[in-house]
Amino acid sequence: MKKSIWKRFTEWVDGVAEEFEPEQLPQTQDKEKKHKTHSLDEQQRLRVFTIGYDIVAFIVGITVVAVLIFTIFQLPLFGCADNPAVNEVVQRYVENGLEETGAVNMVAGMILDYRAFDTFGESSVLFLAVTCVMMLLLRDKKNISKEEDIQQMHERIIEKESRDLILKNVTALIIPWIMLFGVYIVLNGHISPGGGFSGGAVMGAGLILYSAAYGVDATSRFFTRNTFRAITSTALLCYAASKAYSFFTGANGLPTGIPLGTPGAIFSSGLILVLDICVGMVVACTMYGFYILFAKGEF
Amino acid sequence: MTRELIGFALVLMGVATIVLAVLGVFRFKYVLNRMHAAAMVDTLGILLILSGLMVLVGFSALFLKMLSIIVFMWMASPVTSHLIARAEVLTHPHIADECEVIVHEDRV
Repeated sequence: MKKSIWKRFTEWVDGVAEEFEPEQLPQTQDKEKKHKTHSLDEQQRLRVFTIGYDIVAFIVGITVVAVLIFTIFQLPLFGCADNPAVNEVVQRYVENGLEETGAVNMVAGMILDYRAFDTFGESSVLFLAVTCVMMLLLRDKKNISKEEDIQQMHERIIEKESRDLILKNVTALIIPWIMLFGVYIVLNGHISPGGGFSGGAVMGAGLILYSAAYGVDATSRFFTRNTFRAITSTALLCYAASKAYSFFTGANGLPTGIPLGTPGAIFSSGLILVLDICVGMVVACTMYGFYILFAKGEF
Repeated sequence: MTRELIGFALVLMGVATIVLAVLGVFRFKYVLNRMHAAAMVDTLGILLILSGLMVLVGFSALFLKMLSIIVFMWMASPVTSHLIARAEVLTHPHIADECEVIVHEDRV
């Protein structure tokens, strides 16, 4: 009776122990017997192999190190004017960046316009990291027993009773300002220092503070796993779609039809504002997701 | 000229506060004592340095931003100190050996 690959995969994800199939047991015993009855000739070959393995490993290691050191000496001097890193790309970023991307903040113009695919990869890595943590740490009916469940409920009740009054009141005072500041950083990413990553981190920290002060039940009123899924996947898809559009239509200086606006205005620099918002959403959800998964194992 | 002098003096006082606080963090051995020293950085040190900078830049948008930093730090930092102290008191098994403990009847 063979299980389908998909079923085995889902069982592996859920941590169900693989059952031994009855045919496999005698086979392994046979193999052990064979190991014991190695002939002398075979043992000799094995010894030669282990010694040879050490020698080859040593030679390969030395060769790799030698090649690397040799390459280091071939590198140009640090800070030299005719280095390959100081080429026309940098010049173009500095001289034409404002005109081509419309972003006053040159860093935002670089990471979200010229190198937007790189940033897309970074956001996807964050999403992937949370997904992996979720696979490992998420509590659900399959990996938690009744006793653990009851114990967790007790802990929840103790935590609820010992919640700190000072922290609660101060949190109520400063949470709006933290969230507002995060939104400000995200929306001003193309004008001033900041952008999606830093603004998203501020917003995520605000969410973490809120759930630390008022408990997970308070945050799960508006932020559940489904909210997390919806926000991150929508943001990533929106990022991918808008960047694919601009790459296919305007990557070589062709008109995209997206107005760049006056540099410095809040609605300017084309897609950078949209991409900043997407990245900010992903980062905020990721920060909060990490916290809640490591602290409580569910959300 | 006077304004610059006042500003520099305030910044120097703030830096001195932070140096003393760092010294305290390394000199003291117990959590509550060290926390007492560390809390000076976020409150008095930040207040002195930022008020010195505020005197230097004069009244502008930057002035208001620094003011909001001070307000935020003065609200957030005491709360963090309070939480650290609370965690220490709740988890230390022999807290009465370290400091005087007053147990309220209604909070046991």
